[in-house]
Amino acid sequence: MESLTLSDVEQKYYSDLFVYCDTDNTKKVASNGRVLDLFRAAQLPSEVVLQITELCGATRLGHFGRSQFYIALKLIAIAQSGLPLRVESLNSVKDLPLPRFVVGKNEAEARHAALYQDAESQGLYPPSSMVIQPLAPSVEAQPEPTSPVISPHQSPPTSPHSWRKHKRQHSGGNPDRQAVGAAAGAVWTQFREPPAAQGPGPVEGIWASHSPPPPSQESWVSFTADTPPSSTLPAMHPSSVQENTTIRTVASASTTNEIQRQSSSYDDAWKITDEQRQYYINQFKTIQPDLTGFIPGSAAKEFFTKSKLPILELSHIWELSDFDKDGALTLDEFCAAFHLVVARKNGYDLPEKLPESLMPKLIDLDDSAEVPEQPPDVAYSASPVEVTPNKSPSMPSLNQAWPEMNQSNEQWETFSERSSSSQTLTQFDSNIAPADPDTAIVHPVPIRMTPSKIHMQEMELKRTGSDHNHPTSPLLVKPPELSEEAKLTASMKFVAANTVGDGYSSSDSFTSDQEPIARQRSQSGASPEALKVVAPPPPPPRPQPSHSRSSSLDMNRTFTASSGPGQPQSSTTAFPPAVPPRPLPTQTSVPLTGHRVEAEAVPAGGAALTTTSPQQIPQQPNFADFSQFQALAASEQPSSLPEVDKHSEAGQVEKISEGAGPLRTVKSDGPADERTSTTVNSAMCSSGPLAPPPKPVRRRLKSEDELRPEDEQHGAQKSGIIAAPQTAQPSIPRSVGKDKKAIQASIRRNKETNTVLARLNSELQQQLKDLLEERISLEVQLEQLRPFSHL
Amino acid sequence: MAVCIAVIAKENYPLFIRSVPTQNELKFHYTVHTSLDVVEEKISAVGKSLGDQRELYLGLLYPTEDYKVYGYVTNSKVKFVIVVDSSNTSLRDNEIRSMFRKLHNSFTDVMCNPFYNPGDPIQSKAFNGIVSGMMVQTG
Repeated sequence: MESLTLSDVEQKYYSDLFVYCDTDNTKKVASNGRVLDLFRAAQLPSEVVLQITELCGATRLGHFGRSQFYIALKLIAIAQSGLPLRVESLNSVKDLPLPRFVVGKNEAEARHAALYQDAESQGLYPPSSMVIQPLAPSVEAQPEPTSPVISPHQSPPTSPHSWRKHKRQHSGGNPDRQAVGAAAGAVWTQFREPPAAQGPGPVEGIWASHSPPPPSQESWVSFTADTPPSSTLPAMHPSSVQENTTIRTVASASTTNEIQRQSSSYDDAWKITDEQRQYYINQFKTIQPDLTGFIPGSAAKEFFTKSKLPILELSHIWELSDFDKDGALTLDEFCAAFHLVVARKNGYDLPEKLPESLMPKLIDLDDSAEVPEQPPDVAYSASPVEVTPNKSPSMPSLNQAWPEMNQSNEQWETFSERSSSSQTLTQFDSNIAPADPDTAIVHPVPIRMTPSKIHMQEMELKRTGSDHNHPTSPLLVKPPELSEEAKLTASMKFVAANTVGDGYSSSDSFTSDQEPIARQRSQSGASPEALKVVAPPPPPPRPQPSHSRSSSLDMNRTFTASSGPGQPQSSTTAFPPAVPPRPLPTQTSVPLTGHRVEAEAVPAGGAALTTTSPQQIPQQPNFADFSQFQALAASEQPSSLPEVDKHSEAGQVEKISEGAGPLRTVKSDGPADERTSTTVNSAMCSSGPLAPPPKPVRRRLKSEDELRPEDEQHGAQKSGIIAAPQTAQPSIPRSVGKDKKAIQASIRRNKETNTVLARLNSELQQQLKDLLEERISLEVQLEQLRPFSHL
Repeated sequence: MAVCIAVIAKENYPLFIRSVPTQNELKFHYTVHTSLDVVEEKISAVGKSLGDQRELYLGLLYPTEDYKVYGYVTNSKVKFVIVVDSSNTSLRDNEIRSMFRKLHNSFTDVMCNPFYNPGDPIQSKAFNGIVSGMMVQTG
């Protein structure tokens, strides 16, 4: 082991690095872990790294002691300077720039190196330092906590000036790094002042051949202030310097960059710079001029085959980048795929899963959300070439170290007097948010044109499906809304349930209109016949459960319709004398149990009508008719539902007639009476004229509920009841003075009806549940039997 | 929960076959091969109707003393065969169906890849991952 003489700067730098790598505090660094990461970050060919390790004697010892480590670092610096690796060169090479390490954690080290190098090479550039010197005092005069604040003050005036000088005097560093160096120098100047280690001038004059990115200024501040182990230095991306955004890096955005870099250091490896993105977009345009369109799989295959990667790897890249698995690439998917191809060609292994920065949604969102932050990011974001190879299995320690470093960097920020500030912290926080994959992914993506696929993807990735907007969802939402609208009374729930359950919903005026009529017809016959009869006539049921609005519309329709057909029928029917509806509720309770089914159906219709009908007055006279109708239906009902609909229809008809007005009410009563009379006779088939009026019948359903119990009372009582409402109908509208009382009475009646209907509703729902269960069990049996049928 | 999962192309050559206990691989290969006859028999019986999910799933092809073989055929006559160890608590039918569904989805993703030529052996990592997930469950 040759003796190694290090300059002070080197000494300090190496010691910091050693401490950083010496995670076990054993003063002996093992040959894996951070050391390897560090060496890899030096961006040297692997054989060079091996050579270095051999030269420094680590291979002999099996680990890196402090001296070996230092030798290795020096050799790295030598190698990075392009000098041949010779043991002799360890001490012979003078003014060797500090070894540069790229990416992430090493950024801190690099910055550290830059820091030291500045101090070291200050002697080399005295003239430039002079230029900067005047500014240093001003800088120092403002001990602002945040480097971004500082840098703009310092750098704009200084960096261009000193940059130019530095460029002339630079002895071999990369020109594009100078800007970073200038910025760093500016910061360095200020912070070096308090330690009073060196004059700002000489420091300024030091333009490191390697350039810590401006974003690193933040870490500079914290680093120099605390001078803790460099392990917490934020990562640096030298490539960012090459991005030619020096001015931007100097800007406050640099802090943002750094913070972002720290927070999303894992993804930085895959972040696409603006230049790259622009290039990708141009390539995309050559294949697909429409930037919002897709590249078909075949075209993409040809394009990527040109990259001469093995098909297997291309296949894997495709699997990673085709986010929505649609066989085509959108712009973002294409950029991600291209990025992966570039990375692969540069020797970086492919990740097992798509990095977050490459995910299409993330890019979409982040582009818009982080536009102000993007420019700084571009400055330092690494090209794939220089990305830390997280994918390689030999880098587990690096990955593990990332969060540590990030956290420690965060702590740096907070602890550092200068660096930490609300501005910094907020920036950091804001950067964290987009970096958080869950947050970003959950973000809705309106740009996406394939919601279904995204939904699928989300389900695969167990993401919340918040960003998929199923077209069906609004539809799904609609019916409940509609049903809720209809829920003016408790009975309306029944209506909705009935609608859902049966499809016959009494609230569905149109359907119920038909069905009651059919049922009425069927009553005279056997139930199966009734069912058969019921089937054809009903028009397609309304898609939504009935609600007040729709029912009212139906009623309007019915009114207009009933006006025509109602007329001829009214003459035939004789209105029974009006009977006060009050006794009806009491009577309803009695037969309620017996004809529960009917009652349930009826309230459904009645509820619909009740809720919809603002005209409750006329309902009273209809009660009588309705009860008669219901009684008949109850007596003959084979099945509850068809009859219920029938009843509802009848009720609707009657109610519709009420709503129409005196004339129309009469007409509707006419058909209603006619219907009821048919039911009484149990041989009527006069459902024809009832077809149009049935809509208004819904209004009667409410009264039906009360009337139904009265169904038990057959015969003259019903006819009398029928006559009563009929007579009452014309009377009520005529007597305006009694309207108020009538309204109140009707309200009371309606309330009673509501309670009854609610009860019936619950009962019917129970029946519905039972039926559904039966149905499910039958379907299950059917399924089980089905496979065998194919054997 | 499978001990062997195989994907057979329309022309009855394997696109993908993998077994968990690798020592008995040959036995599973033979089992899958013989199960193809049963699959063909079921396919021909179903010929009349369109293939919906239920009919894509062929169900238990035949049980042996050690294991059970389940079959699934896609609309393009690509067959999936799963061999399940009988010693395991007998898996419910729905579980087998869900396994086939996952296989089918993953297979579709592989097909969507333009770099995959139909007829090539399936070498997709994603597909392998899904299959491993299904096989590791049995352990």
